[in-house]
Parts: sequence; C-alpha cells; structure tokens
Amino acid sequence: MQFNTQVVSPVTPLMVCTDIELIAAHDNRKTVGKISVTNPRMRCRNVNVFYGDKQAINRVNLDIGRHEVIAMIGPSGCGKSTFLRCLNRMNDTIDSCRVTGEILLDDQDIYDKKLDVVPLRAQVGMVFQKPNPFPKSIYENVAYGPRIHGLVSSKSDLDVVVESSLCRAGLWDEVKDRLDQPGTGLSGGQQQRLCIARTIAVGPEVILMDEPCSALDPIATAKIEGLIDELREEYTIAIVTHSMQQAARVSQRTAYFHLGDLIEVGETNQIFTNPQHKLTEDYITGRFG
Amino acid sequence: MHLPTLLFILALLCVFSFWIGKRRALIIADGKHCNLHSLPGYYGYYASLWCAIPALVVLVFWTGFESSIITTLVSRELPVALQSLPSDRLNLVINDIQNLVSGNIVSGEIDPAMRAAADHYQHLQQISQAALTVVVLALAVLGLLLAYRQIHQAQRARNWVERVIMFFLISSSSIAVFTTIGIVLSVLFEAIRFFQAVPISDFLLGLKWSPQMAIREDQVGSSGVFGAIPLFAGTMLISFIAMLVAAPIGLMAAIYLSEYASKKMRNITKPLLEILAGIPTVVYGFFAALAVAPFIRDSGEWIGLDVSSESALAAGLVMGVMIIPFVSSLSDDVINAVPQAMRDGSYALGATHSETIRQVIIPAALPGIVGGMLLAVSRAIGETMIVVMAAGLSANLTANPLQAVTTVTVQMVTLLVGDQEFDSPKTLAAFALGLMLFVTTLVLNVIALYVVRKYREQYE
Amino acid sequence: MNNGAKIKPGSTMERVNANLAKRYAKERRFRRMGLAAIVISLMFLGLLFGSIISKGYGAFWQTYIQLEIHFEPEDMDLHGNRSLEVLSAVDYGGLVKRTLREMFPKVKKRKEKRKLYGVVSNGAAFQLREMVMNHPDLIGRTVQVWVPADDDVDMLIKGHIDRHKPESERRVKDQQIAWVDELQRVGKIEKRFNTTFFTAGDSREPELAGIHGALMGSIFTLLITLGLSFPMGVAAAIYLEEFAPTNRFTDFIEININNLAAVPSIVFGLLGLAVFINFFGLPRSIPLVGGLVLTLMTLPTIIIASRAALKSVPPSIREAALGIGASRMQTVFHHVLPQALPGMLTGAIIGMAQALGETAPLLMIGMVAFIVDIPANMMDPATALPVQIYLWADSPERAFMERTSAAIMVLLAFLISMNMLAVLLRKKFEKRW
Repeated sequence: MQFNTQVVSPVTPLMVCTDIELIAAHDNRKTVGKISVTNPRMRCRNVNVFYGDKQAINRVNLDIGRHEVIAMIGPSGCGKSTFLRCLNRMNDTIDSCRVTGEILLDDQDIYDKKLDVVPLRAQVGMVFQKPNPFPKSIYENVAYGPRIHGLVSSKSDLDVVVESSLCRAGLWDEVKDRLDQPGTGLSGGQQQRLCIARTIAVGPEVILMDEPCSALDPIATAKIEGLIDELREEYTIAIVTHSMQQAARVSQRTAYFHLGDLIEVGETNQIFTNPQHKLTEDYITGRFG
Repeated sequence: MHLPTLLFILALLCVFSFWIGKRRALIIADGKHCNLHSLPGYYGYYASLWCAIPALVVLVFWTGFESSIITTLVSRELPVALQSLPSDRLNLVINDIQNLVSGNIVSGEIDPAMRAAADHYQHLQQISQAALTVVVLALAVLGLLLAYRQIHQAQRARNWVERVIMFFLISSSSIAVFTTIGIVLSVLFEAIRFFQAVPISDFLLGLKWSPQMAIREDQVGSSGVFGAIPLFAGTMLISFIAMLVAAPIGLMAAIYLSEYASKKMRNITKPLLEILAGIPTVVYGFFAALAVAPFIRDSGEWIGLDVSSESALAAGLVMGVMIIPFVSSLSDDVINAVPQAMRDGSYALGATHSETIRQVIIPAALPGIVGGMLLAVSRAIGETMIVVMAAGLSANLTANPLQAVTTVTVQMVTLLVGDQEFDSPKTLAAFALGLMLFVTTLVLNVIALYVVRKYREQYE
Repeated sequence: MNNGAKIKPGSTMERVNANLAKRYAKERRFRRMGLAAIVISLMFLGLLFGSIISKGYGAFWQTYIQLEIHFEPEDMDLHGNRSLEVLSAVDYGGLVKRTLREMFPKVKKRKEKRKLYGVVSNGAAFQLREMVMNHPDLIGRTVQVWVPADDDVDMLIKGHIDRHKPESERRVKDQQIAWVDELQRVGKIEKRFNTTFFTAGDSREPELAGIHGALMGSIFTLLITLGLSFPMGVAAAIYLEEFAPTNRFTDFIEININNLAAVPSIVFGLLGLAVFINFFGLPRSIPLVGGLVLTLMTLPTIIIASRAALKSVPPSIREAALGIGASRMQTVFHHVLPQALPGMLTGAIIGMAQALGETAPLLMIGMVAFIVDIPANMMDPATALPVQIYLWADSPERAFMERTSAAIMVLLAFLISMNMLAVLLRKKFEKRW
C-alpha cells in the first residue's frame, strides 16, 4: 500500500482527478488532506446525495485503496452512513434519495444507467449496524448468497463455501454443531459475525461496514475488530464508526465528515495525532460530537 | 303517553335539573366558585343524573318485560277450552290475539273469546302505559328533589359524577364479554335441547341430512335425519375452493402492491380493493347465482361436463373473490411489519427483488401470513349469503366441485326462515349447527389472533 | 459487472454474470404474477359492476300506456251518491278493462280479452281509484291517463324478450305483441322515469314494487345501531385505552372483542333470535331488534377503530393536562377525546357501512317477510335493503332481476358514499404529531 503524503497531489494519471481537486481547492469548505491514492479500488468524485430537497452529502471526493481499511468518522448526522450506502447503491431502496456525481469501482461508474446493481452488490458487500440474520438456519443464512447467485453447483461445494466462510468469520467452532438452528438464536456478536460470514460467502471485493459494533458488547467488539484486521488481506474494507478508538485500532486511513462535507482525510495516525483542520481537531479532542 | 313523548319530557326534566343543580350550588356558595369543592357544572350533572338514571332503568325494564307479563295475564284469563290446548297451538292463539291488537290480518277466524281476550290485552296495555308514565315521571322528579337537597358546599360532586361515568365506561367494555356469554348460552341451551331429541353421535357422524319431514308427529315416517357430515363436507369443499382462489391472488396482490407498485398505482388500486371488500355479501351472492354459475354451467357443457347449476365451484369462486381483499390487506400489514433491515441484508448480498421477497420476506412473514389465512378460512366457513343464494340445498356428500352441495350456514337459514315453532328438532337443529359453527370459528380465530399477535411482538 | 475485460475466467463475477439472465427472467415472471393477481381482482370488480349496472339500469325506466278513461257515473255505479266510501268501492279494474276493450274493439273472445287485460298492470286500477278519491270532480269527464304497463310488456319494450322464439316459450303472446306494436305506432306507449321504484313498498307485481319500504327499514335499523354502538364503542375504547389496569379481566375483554370481530354474522342472528325475540318477547321482523343485533355486531369494529384513534393521540397531551391539575376524566374528555373524535367517526362510518350491507343476521330475526307497507317507526315490521335484494333475487320474473340489480346499485351507491365520507374525514383530520 502506498500513500502520497503530500497535501497537494502531483499530476496523477487521471486528469479528471486533478481538475476535481482544483475545484475542491477553490471551495471554502475544501477537503484537507490527501483524497487520492494510486491504483484505487473505488474512486468517488463530486458525490452529492439528496433526500428530497435536503442535501445530505455535499461534493465529496474520496479514493478507497486496495486492501486497506478506511474508517469514516464524524458526529451523528454528518452523512458518513449515507455516503457508505452510496458505495453499493443501497440508497436505491430509499425512494426519495438521489445521488449525483461519479463513483467508480475499478474504472466502472456504478451509477451508470446501464449498470446492474445485482452483480455490483455481489462485488461490494455490506454489513449493517444491527445484526440482521435472516429468519433461517445458520447454514441457510450463509448459503443464501452463493445459492441465489448460482456460485456452486453441488451440495458438497456449498458445504465447503459455508464452512470456509464461517471459518474466516471466526464463527465455525462456535456453531459447527448447530448449523441447522435458527440464526436469530445466536448472541449479538455471533449474529454480526454470521452476517459477515454471509457477506464473505459471495466472494466480494469490497466490504462496507456500517457501525458493525455499535450494538455489541466490548468482548464481541474486540472479536469483530480482530476479524476486520484479518480480512484486510483479501478485501477492501470501508467502515463507518462512531468510536474514534475503533477507527484508530482498525483503519489505515481515516476520513472525517461534518454536516455532509468531507472535512479531512489522511492516514489514521496523522489524523489522530496531528489533525490539519480545526473541525477535525475539535472533534478528536472531544469538544463536540 | 307514547314512548317518544315520555323520553322527550324526561330529557327536558334532565336539562332543567342541570340548570337548577348548578344554580343551587352557586347560591350555596354565595356565587363564588372557590367556596365549592367542584365546579358548579358538576352539581348540575349530579342533579341531572339523579333525575335520569332511576327513571331510565325502570323504563327499560318495564318495556322489556311488559309484553310477556301482559301475555301471561291474558292467557290466564282465556276460556278453559283454549287454555287446555297443547302449547304450540296455544302459542298460535296468543299470536293471533297479538295480531288482533296491532290490527294485522289474523290467520284463522275471529271468535268472540279471542276478541274479548284482545280487548283485555289492549286494556292491560293501556293501564301499563299510564302506570309507566306516572312511575317514570315521579321517579325523575323524586330523584331531582333528592339531589337538590343533597347539594352542599363540601360535596364532592365531580368525584361522584366521574364515578358514574366510569361505571358507564366499564359496563360498555363488558358488553363484549356479555355478548360472548350470550352467544354461548343461547346456542348451547338450544343445542342441548336438540341433542336430547337427536343423539349427538348421530348428528356428528351421520351421513344423511334431511330435516324436512320432522314437523308433525302424526305423519308416517316423519322422523327427520340429522347427520351433519354432508354439511361439514360441503362447507369445507366450498371454503377450500374459496381459499384456493383467495390465498394466492390475495397474497400476490399484497406483495405486488407493497413491493413493486408505484405510489400512484397504489393510490388507485388500494381504494378499489377496498370497494371489493365493502361490497355486501348479498351482492356477491346475486352475482354468483346470476352470472358466475350459469357461466360455469355453460362452459362445462361446452367441454362436455355435467355441471350442476348450483355448483360448489361457482359459490366457492365468488366467495374467494370476496375474501381476496381480506387476505391481501392482512398480508399487506404482515409484509410491512418485516423490518427493513431484513430486506437490506438481502439486497446487500446482491439478491434480486423477487429473491428477497420469496426467500427472505415471506419466510419472515410466514407466521403472520398463516394467521391471516386462518382468519380468512374462518370467514369463509361463516359466510352465509353467497352460499344461500348460489349453493344448493341438497345435502350431497361429494368432493366433486361441479355438483351442488350445501353448507352449515345455508341449512341454518333454511331451518330458521319462515314460521316455525321453537321446539321442533328441525328448528333446534339450526342452533346445534350454530354451535358447531361458533366453536369452529372460535378455535380458528383464537389460534389466528394468537399467532398474529406473537408475530407482531417479534418485530416490535 | 458488464465490463467483460475486467473479469477473470472462472471468477465469482463470471459465474454471477452467467446466471443473471435466468434470474432476471424469474424476476419478471414473479412480477407479472403479482400484476396478474391485481388485474384479476380488479377484473372481477369490473365484471361485477358491469353485470349489475348493465342489468339494472333499465329498472329506472318503466313502460307506461296511455288510456283514455271516461269516468261515466253510470259505468261506475255511482247513482248520484259520491261519498268517499262509495267512491272507494267502485270497480276501477272494470273501468280499465272497458277502456281497453274500446281501444281494441275487434277483440271479442274471452281468452283474447284476458290477454288484452294482461297488457296493463294491476296497479292501473289503484291509480284510477286514487285519482278519483283525490279529485272527485273528475267524474263525468274523460281523462288521458298514463298507467304502468304489465312487467312482461315492459320487458318486451326494453328488448329483453326475444320475439323470434316460438310463442309457447314466450311470456308475451303474439297477439299482445301486435297490440303493443299498435299502441307504440300511435304513440300511446312510452318509457318514463320509474318513480314507483323509489316511492313504493314491496309488491308481487314487479312494476309496482319499490325500495322505499326496505330503505326506511334500513334507515331505522341503522339509526338504532348508530345510536347505541357509537357511544358504547367509544366508551369501551376510552376505558380500555385510558383507564383499564392491565389484569386478567381487561385481557379477557380484549380477547373477547378481537374474537367477536371475527365471529360469523349469522351467529349474531342466532343470538338475537334467542335473546331478544324468545327471551324478551320482542316481536319478529322489527327494526328495533335488527338494530340491537347489528349493534352487537358492529361494536367490536367501532371499539377497535376508536382505540386506534386514541392511541394516535400523543401522551404529551395527556401529561400536559394532568400537569396543570386536571383529573384523568377531565383530561380524557377535554383534551384526548376531541383529538381522537375524527378517527372514531371514521371507524363508526365504516362500521355503519358494514351494518348496512349485512343480511344474514336479519334473516335470522325474521326481517325477511313480504311487507307491502312502508314502516313508520322502529316497531313496525320491516325488511332492510339487502334483505329486499335477497327476496327479489329469488323471484323468477325477469323484471324482478332488473329491479334486484337496480336495488343493488342504490345500496352500493350508499355504501360507496359512506366509505368516501370516511376517507375524506380521515384525510381532512389526519394529523402528523
């Protein structure tokens, strides 16, 4: 992983990127820090989100690199979850929601009219704030994704996928004797890991996590955080969290949102030790939030 | 005095009591509210209630029992020849007397004894009316005087009035319980009388139903046969056909409306479905008998099938249409109760809309849907007018939907409509059928309501 | 994704994409099934309305025949005495028959004469009698009178009788058709708005039957139902929602209410028959008993709707009122109830609409008799509109089928306007807290 440490980027191969940054620089609420990375997995340019007439996200530019964990922090209502939900078009399910701008996944605009959300979401999975296992058995919960996408051809293949997904989610040992019991019967932390296993089973490239630990106790949280760290090797992870400690623990880069604006983005260490923007500093030092 | 006039005078008295009670309170308090325990209006209500309640209670009971008491008195005065008649004939005579009194046409010839009895009846009625007027008005005035004398400064009029209101509230809520008890008792007693005449095992297990001849004892071979199995089978056949229509269509309509339809389409379609739900069953019955049954018979003939003109299929089909909106609105509620998080989880995995619905939403909503279906079945079983008008009277024991069958409710209507004495097994059979119907639907409803309630609690 | 160049062979994405077409085909199929369900339901609605309107609209018109009646005192056996008693005893039927004979002097045989008389309704005689009773000065004069045609002639004029069928299969004979055609040629036959349908009670003759009696019966029944069930329903809802402690008894009440809402209506009819008629000895067929039965039946609906209305009033209002020292009763009656009243009214209207369309329990308590007189109060024997529909639907005459459909149209018009009123009320007073 390679990060540019300069605040103002040199000319990057993508011209559009530079233009945008120039525009961003002219804005009085310009994003401080390095928004772009080389060879990003996802690239967001000038993203605006509206709920009816209300603007929830205001011209956000951000890159998400390969095999990194990027944390999005900020006070509640700052738009960090809304932004995350743009990344696999989960906002489509909300009628009044409108997204403008450009979000590229490997150079493909995911808001392209012709693009199909079904394979997109197979590529960009999502884990939610509240564990939401389906009212099915543990096995069926994990098997659901591979089954609908037709990823496996036989029952034994499916067994393999389920087992490996549960293993990688660190849940296998706890549930291997009761795969046929309902997923809703697990504890909160187990449910959340089941949801992660369910997401992994489809074989995505990016995993979005929307405050995955906010409904869990500290021990379960620690387990999930360890899991995120392991998953980084294979997946790109974007995580929204309200806990600054969590962001510091699991992420390499951190983006700070405030009232729909992306205020500052940079390496996690730098953001927490030496924030450039006044608002970031106020938030990190606990003056509000 | 006529009843409406009496009620009007009573109402006037109440208004007067309110005014006088309020005035009295103000006089006692020297015109200052703060000297009183409650607001002066409450003293008005106090007087008003004292004036109205005893009078109304007497009024209701008096009118409720007036006719039966007078009838007893009159029948005691009847000539011995008439009195010694068997009870069913005596009832007819008394009926004739009552008809004479109200000036209707009488079934037989009017003999002088009956004319005399009718005059006697009328005379008693007049006395009763006059006495009622006097008693009610006297009670009202007495109540008012009592209240007037009781009003004093420290009197807690508000608490008293509120207690009376509370009593009214509680008794109104208890009506539901009394209704249930009333249903159970009335149906049970008559059913027990029926089972004294016809053994319960014959009723529940008998394969033949022909109640028609059991009216007069002197007829040869007059015993009716009361085996209810054909009725139960017919009811089940028609309900089954109805559910076959209503369950898939209602469920799919609910799914389409809540998951796919645009807001505009929903705004148009939902009220239309509500109209379908609001159409009286007698209209459905007419439609079934007039349009659907002939259509089915003709198309059956066209492909060479022998279809009865009162086929179970026609009744079941139309009943199914009637139940569609019921199923769809219950399913709609249930589907909307599935949390959004469940859908999000499925969409985030890349499931399509229909995959989410079929594999996540419906399994999640299943208990609620099942509960709704049970309620729909209970409705189909108890539905009366459609089957009365479109299904037959002949109690065939068949599973062929193209033949005519009869149902429990049809038989209840045919047994009870028209003039019947109250103690022939034929009439009582209707109550036995009613008992079966009530018990079946009660069990279905209780299970369904329990399931739906549990389901709702799960997601609340 | 669609960007083929990016996808490695054998990768997850390739397999996902391979299945997409099949999955979307399934999606479309499922969606079409949903749409089909809606279309089928609405089609039935359309079919029902279509068949009823197409069959029933004709009943709003009735064929009338113009007769030239000579009110000759000699023909009427008056002999100078013109007291009302004598006038009412005149053979007006004979007068009608004589007029018909004069119109078609060629008819001589008795059988033919009877056919001729059958062209005009029996009601013509009553109509003449009423005319003379109201205006005795008509006697001695010649008047053009429009009298209702017989229902078979009415059907013939409306084209519901096939002239090409063999005579024996027709209710209208060849000769009658010829007479009617003749009358039509000279303009003595005319279709007019059928006022009888709205002003008369039931009758054995379709051309004389109307819905006024049934409508009055329904109105009396509903008045009793509304007068009893609304206050009691609201009171019960207030108690259960605002005052009731949570204990076994209130639980039991609640279960009872929910269950009663789902008990078949015919069972309420049995209750009414056993309790009100057999136990209390109230007469059969009267709107009072009907109203009582329907009260018990609609009570759960109104209680449930009223409770929902009370629930939607936010607790802050109650706290505010209690906070300034109002008693609980005052809080409920001064602050909560006014807010909840529109919702309760909506529930009551829907309950009334349900009661208006209800038939089965009324059959049980005998409101199914043939009643010609129009009920004047709630103790008079009566039918109700849906019961009238049921009774007419059983009659074999083609003209009654037309009237049944027309009565259904009237009933549906009432129901739809009641429901619309409820919707408007809900829209108007809908509050977002």
